[in-house]
Amino acid sequence: MSVPILQLDNVSYTYEEARRPALDGVSLTLQAGDFVAVLGHNGSGKSTLAKCLNAILRPTAGRVLVDGMDTADPSRLLDIRRTVGMVFQNPDNQIVASVVEDDVAFAPENLGVEPREIRVRVDEALRQVGMYEFRLHAPHLLSGGQKQRIAIAGVLAMRPRCIVLDEPTAMLDPVGRREVLSAVRQLRRSSGMTVVLITHHMEECIYADRLIVMSEGRIAMDGSPRAVFSQVEALRALGLTAPETVSLLHSLRAEGWDLPLDALRVEDCAEAIAAYLRRPRGTDTDLE
Amino acid sequence: MLKDITLGQYFPGDTLIHRLDPRTKLIWLVGYITALFLATNVWGYVLMLAVLVLEAALGHIRPKTLLSGLKPLIFIVIFTAVINLFYGSGEALWEWWIFRITADGIRRAVFMASRIMLLICGSFLLTYTTSPLQLTDGLERLLGPLKKLRVPVSELAMMMSIALRFIPTLIEETDKIMSAQKARGASFDTGKLTERARALVPLLIPLFVSAFRRADELATAMECRCYHTGGARTRMKQLVFARRDVVALLVLAVLVAVAIVLRHVGV
Ligand SMILES: Nc1ncnc2c1ncn2[C@@H]1O[C@H](COP(=O)(O)OP(=O)(O)OP(=O)(O)O)[C@@H](O)[C@H]1O
Ligand SMILES: [Mg+2]
Repeated sequence: MSVPILQLDNVSYTYEEARRPALDGVSLTLQAGDFVAVLGHNGSGKSTLAKCLNAILRPTAGRVLVDGMDTADPSRLLDIRRTVGMVFQNPDNQIVASVVEDDVAFAPENLGVEPREIRVRVDEALRQVGMYEFRLHAPHLLSGGQKQRIAIAGVLAMRPRCIVLDEPTAMLDPVGRREVLSAVRQLRRSSGMTVVLITHHMEECIYADRLIVMSEGRIAMDGSPRAVFSQVEALRALGLTAPETVSLLHSLRAEGWDLPLDALRVEDCAEAIAAYLRRPRGTDTDLE
Repeated sequence: MLKDITLGQYFPGDTLIHRLDPRTKLIWLVGYITALFLATNVWGYVLMLAVLVLEAALGHIRPKTLLSGLKPLIFIVIFTAVINLFYGSGEALWEWWIFRITADGIRRAVFMASRIMLLICGSFLLTYTTSPLQLTDGLERLLGPLKKLRVPVSELAMMMSIALRFIPTLIEETDKIMSAQKARGASFDTGKLTERARALVPLLIPLFVSAFRRADELATAMECRCYHTGGARTRMKQLVFARRDVVALLVLAVLVAVAIVLRHVGV
């Protein structure tokens, strides 16, 4: 069996001068090609977890292995960071250059890649996020969604095997959100990249293969989005609400409608309700 | 109002001036300033103005753009001129208490003001026609020998390019905070000077707080993209020193020589 791309063994992290650990004994294994979403209310430790994944923070207890490399080993630092790319919430604070293509070239330049190879990588990364036509623009004149796609391209130019996005859509309008999410999904489809998507929006999780819910620095729930979201009460106890589709199905179930709870997408949800309304007569009496 | 600030702004283009190597342009600026300080008479200043106008024309920079860059700095120009006005020697044309204006003073004031304005416009011409990245690359290469003296040249160049990158972002942010404060009744352009200065406090505090947060996040993002000091960085865009650069430097040598000769011509 191949080496997992990310492996966390009992990882804890306590910020200096903090009373409570921000991460408290997290164990987790991700295989190459996984698409994992991470949910959790404010302060549940999501960003701390993300920063432990590429050695921005080193765990105060336990260990993190990136493709078999220990993040506590300073000699592997650059290899770790080029394997796991990271995109943050505010695109303005991630862009270092005044021209789009110069910004995307930043990481390979830091890695000492040959100039001609950098050009190839930059063009490829910009095409992957659909921003090639904007390569000579000034980033500060672009929309939020476009800026965030530039930030993603800047990470892709390192040719990472895994990309971690910490609430990449939190500061964007609905159009920008859609742009960024579709770029991420496209990325996974075309290159089979491992994706860790940290988010506040339930709807963004439904395309993931696996959903992890964090609470108080621990993993509270872990499973397929369908399985996790159908536990409406448990989610509520963690301060989260299920997506609108699941909430609707849940209330209808409370009214006695026999509906599945795992129809996450709007189309699936509509389908399920329609199927229920078209059900052959007599099934109700069986239930009663 | 802040939108007028063109400091560090770059106007992309494909003119001869744009295509020159940034190192050439930096050396040119230093040479131009030297020649400017060599000018002691009308002919010297006329020559420097002519050179500036020619450069602007070649770089397709409109005079209006060049003058608008001067606007935020006009106070410094006036201040220097006024100081010089009272420092002339010779027969007084006008006298009151300790103030004395002489023909020599007027001459000094005009020359000094012209010198500063030409200096500012000349520097702006460089940033208008050179992308920040090229500018810092050029500077880094020119100052490269200082690395032997352990001067962190690459790091300083990186700081400069980031500062230039964030100027528009911070201006936008200042505008936003100003609008927010205005909506709460603050006024920045009326009242006495002290009142105006006091009105700036609620503007500067949020601006600083946000700048520090940005700096922190940017540092993390740069680390994530493998930025590290001490390693050998490569560049996607290599600087090339072409024949036009040699010609430009020769022209500069002639300019400095002419400036020296003009010093010894009367007026
Ligand atoms: N630099 C820091 N110093 C001290 N404590 C911190 C620091 N950063 C975060 N914390 C604390 O660690 C805990 C986890 O924070 P973290 O940022 O990981 O949460 P999060 O899930 O990302 O929250 P959010 O949804 O707001 O982004 C919080 O209690 C927070 O107050
Ligand atoms: Mg966070």
